[in-house]
Amino acid sequence: MKAVKKVVVIGASLGGIAALEVVLGAMPSSFDAAVAIVQHRAVDSSDRLLAILRRGASIELSEAFDKQPLVAGEFVIAPPGYHMMVDETCFSLSTEAHVQGARPSIDVLFESAARSFGRRAAAVVLTSASEDGAAGARMVEASGGFVVIQDPDEALSSCLPAAAIESCERPRVMELAGIAGHLVQERAL
Amino acid sequence: MVEVDLLVDAIFQAYGHDFRDYSRASLTRRLLKAVEDEKVGTLSGLQERILHDSACMDRVLNVLSVHVTSMFRDPSFYRKLRTDVLPYLETYPHIRIWVAGCATGEEVYSLAILLQEANLLERTRLYATDVNPAVLDKAREGIFPLQAVRKYTQNYIDSGGTQDFSGYYSARYGHAKMSKSLHRGVLFSSHNLVTDASFNEFHLILCRNVMIYFNLELQARVHGLLFESLRRLGTLCLGRGEVLRGSPHEGAFDVISASERIFQRIR
Repeated sequence: MKAVKKVVVIGASLGGIAALEVVLGAMPSSFDAAVAIVQHRAVDSSDRLLAILRRGASIELSEAFDKQPLVAGEFVIAPPGYHMMVDETCFSLSTEAHVQGARPSIDVLFESAARSFGRRAAAVVLTSASEDGAAGARMVEASGGFVVIQDPDEALSSCLPAAAIESCERPRVMELAGIAGHLVQERAL
Repeated sequence: MVEVDLLVDAIFQAYGHDFRDYSRASLTRRLLKAVEDEKVGTLSGLQERILHDSACMDRVLNVLSVHVTSMFRDPSFYRKLRTDVLPYLETYPHIRIWVAGCATGEEVYSLAILLQEANLLERTRLYATDVNPAVLDKAREGIFPLQAVRKYTQNYIDSGGTQDFSGYYSARYGHAKMSKSLHRGVLFSSHNLVTDASFNEFHLILCRNVMIYFNLELQARVHGLLFESLRRLGTLCLGRGEVLRGSPHEGAFDVISASERIFQRIR
């Protein structure tokens, strides 16, 4: 298996399912990065989330399992009750303490992407009512990656987008509808 | 990260604790937390302190080896144990169970409750092991914050529990002490999955969310140890986020529940 060169990490919470539907629905079936998603959700949330997000999307999406290999073009979502991190070649799960009240935590995913992938990482910040993810987005940027942030005016909950705009130096703020296209076009990854 | 490699090597050479085959992302995260706790600025700074101060090593070991768990974590898993595994255990006059990596014991007491409700606890020897003696002491005490235990009540009900959960503990000073009857047949002892050998043959092994901190090579080795420690037709339970794919013995197992990660050794 070829080692994956790039990783895109996406974080969302309140309002995130609808936002993810838009972003994932616009992603092409072939994509040159592995994509990891943290959507805050209850521990007992069922497989319905996967079903909703797969609806109308042409991508491969599954719930991550521990040490699942990173594969370009494959999308995974963090299972409830676990932190999800990216190592150099695989996803790793952990049951360490909640971060900012969340497990999975967006910060934990983003920070691991920054450490393992540096400038080959991109972070996407979507609607969320908590600030979990703002520090991680800053770290992705500081390690040379770029950060795309959903326009807070458009987000159902602007808390995280606003906090991430505050914490990052060169965030790319855009409407939901443009995010997938931007990720696909991005050559500087 | 070069600094992580150097630090992990230094710890191994100076103290013999082997974190070389741990999952890098979470190991790095914990080490950086230790850097913060110790106020040493960098991983290299942490290395210097660890090498010259064994008390620092002990503190860092705690940061590295403690994981967080709860009673009846994943209620649907315990429901499956009740319906699909306990009836099978019932057929044995003496039952041996191993909870590998029991941490502070929440899972052990959950399992003891299940066994008691099925009238199996009396003929069960439940070995609960962990690498960290400090968490084993806590597990042995069986005292948990009352607030947390109240939250576990819903988990218990969701797992199919029909008794009054408060009957399983006595509440005092904001803490819940698990009932004496649950300790019967439970043996807490120190065991290192990485370096220690198999010590018995079990009908049921729970090793949930322990190997996620290991890389694939180490996971394969630990799977070997678990396999050796499992009787034929014995049951192995992993965490919800774990798969059997990392085991060199995957082919020797049947799936009892794919979603709950419950497997039966058939060969």
